[in-house]
Amino acid sequence: MAMSTPNADNHPDALADDIVLRAEDLRTHFIMGTRTAKSVDGVTLTVRRGQTLAVVGESGSGKSVTSLSIMRLLSHPGRIVGGRLLYRMRDGGVVDLATLSDKRMRAIRGKEIAMIFQEPMTSLNPLYTVGDQIMEMIRLHEPISRHEARIRARRMLELVEIPAPDKRLDQYPHEMSGGMRQRVMIALALACNPALLIADEPTTALDVTIQAQILDLMRRLQREIGMSILFVTHNLGVVAEIAHEVAVMYAGRVVEQAPVHDLFARPRHPYTKGLLACIPDAKRDRAEDGTRKMLNPIPGSVPSVLALPAGCAYAPRCPLAEAHCESVPPDLLNASPEHLTRCWRHELL
Amino acid sequence: MAAASAPSVDTPRISTLILQRKTLAIGLAIIVAITLLAVLAPLIAPYSPSKLSIVNRLKPPSSTWFFGTDEFGRDVFSRTIYAGQLSLLVGAAATALAATVGITLGLVAGFFRKADGIVSRIIDAMMAFPDILLAIALVAALGPSLATVIIALGVVYAPRLARVVRASTLVIRELPYVEAARALGVPTWRIMTRHVLRNLVSPILVQATFIFAYAMLAEAGLSFLGVGVSPEIPTWGTMIAAGRQYVGQADWMTIFPGFAIILTVLSLQLVGDGLRDLLDPRLRKDL
Repeated sequence: MAMSTPNADNHPDALADDIVLRAEDLRTHFIMGTRTAKSVDGVTLTVRRGQTLAVVGESGSGKSVTSLSIMRLLSHPGRIVGGRLLYRMRDGGVVDLATLSDKRMRAIRGKEIAMIFQEPMTSLNPLYTVGDQIMEMIRLHEPISRHEARIRARRMLELVEIPAPDKRLDQYPHEMSGGMRQRVMIALALACNPALLIADEPTTALDVTIQAQILDLMRRLQREIGMSILFVTHNLGVVAEIAHEVAVMYAGRVVEQAPVHDLFARPRHPYTKGLLACIPDAKRDRAEDGTRKMLNPIPGSVPSVLALPAGCAYAPRCPLAEAHCESVPPDLLNASPEHLTRCWRHELL
Repeated sequence: MAAASAPSVDTPRISTLILQRKTLAIGLAIIVAITLLAVLAPLIAPYSPSKLSIVNRLKPPSSTWFFGTDEFGRDVFSRTIYAGQLSLLVGAAATALAATVGITLGLVAGFFRKADGIVSRIIDAMMAFPDILLAIALVAALGPSLATVIIALGVVYAPRLARVVRASTLVIRELPYVEAARALGVPTWRIMTRHVLRNLVSPILVQATFIFAYAMLAEAGLSFLGVGVSPEIPTWGTMIAAGRQYVGQADWMTIFPGFAIILTVLSLQLVGDGLRDLLDPRLRKDL
């Protein structure tokens, strides 16, 4: 099949070799009668092979809807209304996830792209043992016997550093702690060796120590298996730990994508700059005389996805905004070859 | 609390759990006894249920005829336990049919938004009719026979199960682990059976026990009204219907089959209640 060669002629928009997933102007709207919530309205982002792209943004910025769109798991009335989701299969072929048939999509879920969620406590079926659930997953995608599947399941538990895997295989989710369950979820997600793992706030529900362990584990697994990760979070501390690149989302759009160091060193979007200024820092926030300084919140609030402004969505809160910003939505501009920003005035930053 | 014995991590045995619940144990004991009597009727019954003996007609209960005799001199005890076969069969078969139809409709309605509107309206419409009236209409339409009684009762009680299943499916469908299963590529039918249906076993079991009781009661009602199985076949309903004319002279003809119905329905209700307690972890005391 022509699809199996990386630069197939029948696909004029074939991805560059090192790109696993590229969302181009993705639009996911929730149409409720006459009202339309534009939760994702023009997301463009790129996940590179073997790298982690962190998607950050506040609640309602569209980061979870973006990941659900990629998995095509949107619930009614959400729908992808525009844009493309180009994905490179493991055999090298490129598909557009936005228009793929449900049947082919199902074969991609779990095998090509797997996803883990925020709630490890409730993401496992309480009625089946952990081993059963991992084996179900493996046998859905690969024609192997129960016995072989069990050996694989055991190996997966070892891989995610669960002690006494033989015993754990026969335990039910309620017999495990939150951290253990998130490890099981990771084992489940990686059981069929996916090329891309989407992690939707996988550490948010865990305490800080366990969070660090899970992040370590994900980093190690990425090194060993070579998978790409799309890591959705609102925690910039976690981003600094795990990401190679960062995409910052605001009101349904990616407003900035850059390598992690560039982004932290020199944000080229006023929203990112505002976010970074919000992070409390024990040293920095204490003045010379020992009194505490106030936090630096961004004034105003996120516009409703039901009524987005005509121009730049951030303009009403932006210290740099001028008339042009409020009428014309900014394109994704190159601040440097690897640094994209959706700000007309990024040169001032 | 002292560590005299090694801490037991075994889950308690099912038999222990059942015996701890008096209503469940009593209900099960009665229903098992009735079932045994009915199934073993050919061995237990002192007379053939259809053996006529005009000389001995309308004899009161005695050591010869435990429950007396009817207007044709047939032994009411033998007839009552033989009738149990049919009454239990109708109850069980109608419940099985109601469960099959109800679970399927409930899952479909709970899972597929588009089907939900249609299925739910049909369920509402069917539940708007009184049970017996709908059953009579169905039997009248299909022609009275054992099979049509079972079909009619199965259809009449299917909506009750469908509602329970639909409501629970709507809840479970949105649980994170169902979404997680989807995200890992589990196909919809497998999510329906393995992840949703498996979770519904206890409400279904409880509801099915009640439907068993209702169906038996309704069968007796249909037979009593003469729209059920043919009057020659002994069921508790036909026996009561026949005894009605003699209720002044020979009340044993109605009392004993009536008592059989009461006992069976009561025991099934006890089992249903007991199961609900047993299967609802919030009501379990042993944990």
